[in-house]
Amino acid sequence: MKGRIIVALLAIAILALAACAPAAPSVSDPLGVVTIGPNDPVHVAWMLVVTGADGTLGVDSRRGIEIQVDDKGGKLLGHNIKLDGQDSGCGAEPGQAAAAKLASDTTIVGVIGSSCSSEIRAGGPALSKAGFAVISPSNTAPDLTDPAKRFAGYFRTAHNDTIQGAVAAQFALQQLKVKKAATIHDGSPYAQGLATVFADNFKKGGGEITNQEAVGPDDKDFKPVLTKIAANKPEIIFYPIFIAAGGLVTQQAKTIPGLEKVNLMSADGTFSPDMYKASGKAAVGLYNSSPDFSAFASGYKDFLDKHQKKYNEKPLSAFHAHAYDAAGILFAAIEKVAVKGGDNSLVIGRQALRDAIQATKDYKGVTGTLTCDKNGDCGAPVIAVYQVTDDNVTKGQTPDKPIWKPSAAP
Amino acid sequence: MRQRFARLELTDIFIYIVGASILALVVIGTIATLSQGKYSSRAWFDLVMFGVTLGSIYALIALGYTLVYGILRMINFAHSEVFMSGPYVAYFFADALGKAGFVDKNPAITILLIFIVAMLSSMLVAMLVERVAYRPIRHAPRLVPLITAIGASFFLQYTFFRLFGANIKVFPEIDALSTSFTFGEFKLTFLQIFVVVVASLMMLGLHQFVQRTRVGKAMRAVAADRETAALMGINVDNIIVTTFALGGALAGAAGVLYVLVFNQVTAFMGFVPGIKAFTAAVLGGIGNIPGAMVGGLFLGVIESLGPTLFLDGLGIPAPYQLKDAIAFTLLVLILIFRPAGILGEVLTEKKA
Repeated sequence: MKGRIIVALLAIAILALAACAPAAPSVSDPLGVVTIGPNDPVHVAWMLVVTGADGTLGVDSRRGIEIQVDDKGGKLLGHNIKLDGQDSGCGAEPGQAAAAKLASDTTIVGVIGSSCSSEIRAGGPALSKAGFAVISPSNTAPDLTDPAKRFAGYFRTAHNDTIQGAVAAQFALQQLKVKKAATIHDGSPYAQGLATVFADNFKKGGGEITNQEAVGPDDKDFKPVLTKIAANKPEIIFYPIFIAAGGLVTQQAKTIPGLEKVNLMSADGTFSPDMYKASGKAAVGLYNSSPDFSAFASGYKDFLDKHQKKYNEKPLSAFHAHAYDAAGILFAAIEKVAVKGGDNSLVIGRQALRDAIQATKDYKGVTGTLTCDKNGDCGAPVIAVYQVTDDNVTKGQTPDKPIWKPSAAP
Repeated sequence: MRQRFARLELTDIFIYIVGASILALVVIGTIATLSQGKYSSRAWFDLVMFGVTLGSIYALIALGYTLVYGILRMINFAHSEVFMSGPYVAYFFADALGKAGFVDKNPAITILLIFIVAMLSSMLVAMLVERVAYRPIRHAPRLVPLITAIGASFFLQYTFFRLFGANIKVFPEIDALSTSFTFGEFKLTFLQIFVVVVASLMMLGLHQFVQRTRVGKAMRAVAADRETAALMGINVDNIIVTTFALGGALAGAAGVLYVLVFNQVTAFMGFVPGIKAFTAAVLGGIGNIPGAMVGGLFLGVIESLGPTLFLDGLGIPAPYQLKDAIAFTLLVLILIFRPAGILGEVLTEKKA
């Protein structure tokens, strides 16, 4: 009998102790919560194209995220930051596969990605359903933040191509003073969207669009389609496509009778030293619309120094700073919504996190002062036009200074 | 012919209607485009020449498929990687020469050396694939070598991919090849002429080899009937290796021509031309050497000319996105009317 009482007392004592022990705080969230144990890291993933011909685009962004993590000292609210990710291959199918893999990992709080608009078009719904907050450093296709098509939890720090296309058209009309343009896209959401916006704006500005052609991203021989374009004698060809195809178009355009003197213009997707490898000397004189680095906030210089120190080379592509800011916004939002338990555990409400990103206002990033609008566009859209020089191709470096900036906000 | 009509079934009628409508579309589109007169004769000439250039490369690759099919009755799907490996190896060689300034001084010797290196490497890879992936299972059911072929193809692709990285490698430009000639209003680059001439010479050489030499005769004997050929004292294994080596060397040469035109080398560069060349081989009649040449040229020209010629007049926007669809639709069209391919013989029961 005595023994029983002792056992009962012990049981009560243990129960009481357990109740008093500092436990994870209870947070209710419509999308569920991520609970991070006292010694667990905060898991943030990237979904970027880091291999293949377009790999520099994603590696460049990943480095931006890594530098942001370094700036945080690798820690968030006393927890280590765990950063890993999936290669999304700059295509719909690899994008979907990468998203499915990420979605199955419930420890992930937020995703920085994707690189190419096609990846997120295919993979975005899975990420959204998993409850992640997604911030893309380099998706620029206009319809991704179209309220009718945007999926919940999606944001971007990259510019929307409605702006880039308008700037490119303005440059052609006002600076080059050309009246006839042809466009080529590769069927990807990014290229198709940008080529269409360019054409619309060019027509609105009084220009004539002679051809709106499309090719395959894996095509090699663009001479036939360029010959077709040449028949209509455009003064500029705008091809906002990716490096593998873009390099060949640049190279082959000059060899087509009737196109020897045409202006060639591409966009931010080919603003990379790899482009000059793919096209060789033919890239000299090529115009690129791309984010205006000279208009970036003063912090950008610091960023470049850190980049140089860490990777011992110049940035590989155009979206490192956007990735740095995307990670910054995500970390700031996590800091804002994470509820700390007595034992140093963290609980993050998934919907609360999305709301916090949505509420981002006047965030001081390196690409500018960022405010997320209601559609998820958080970027400070400053676009300029660059021209590739002989020196750039020889040294394999992108141009430093833009040759033209839009006179007024388009 | 009469027998064929006597056994006309519903599906046959349907297929003929499909064929006839494709043909009608092609004819209407062509007339519509030509009547608009939007393109000069020079543009048409250029389009045909681009097609002939690419088509001769397809034809050279197609020969490899056709040779192996003729002897072993199997599709060597690793052939696209045999094609890739030659110029890939030659790239390192050419890059070193380019950096040393050798290319600009001795363009002719450089090209010759590149050809030798590429052809030897492709040949070696082809023979290796045969030894490792096909010979041990030569008497297995026919689907087995098909699967090992696909496996060998992936193995080679990803071996190169992992060993040498994913970046596009750019072949040094050989300035001597970009000089151009003008005939009246028509212009040809030296490169185009070079590609067509080299490809034609190689095809002619192969044809002569197969028709005139003892080894060629033995190859034809093995193709006709392997067992009987073996009974007649022909070393079948040797002949099969020779066939792979020949196909490989031709693929290596095709690879060099391909990178001279497009300058880029990647581990995955073989896939698309491989599929196209396989199509060309089927189109011309698989197992038939002149057929591969005809099929390659046909496919190249249709790809280059087709979108503009057939679709432009119909007002279809961005027709070049449909170039592969056009090429493969025409493949269907030809196979409807000539199931064995343009020059294909009707297979005897034993072969089929």
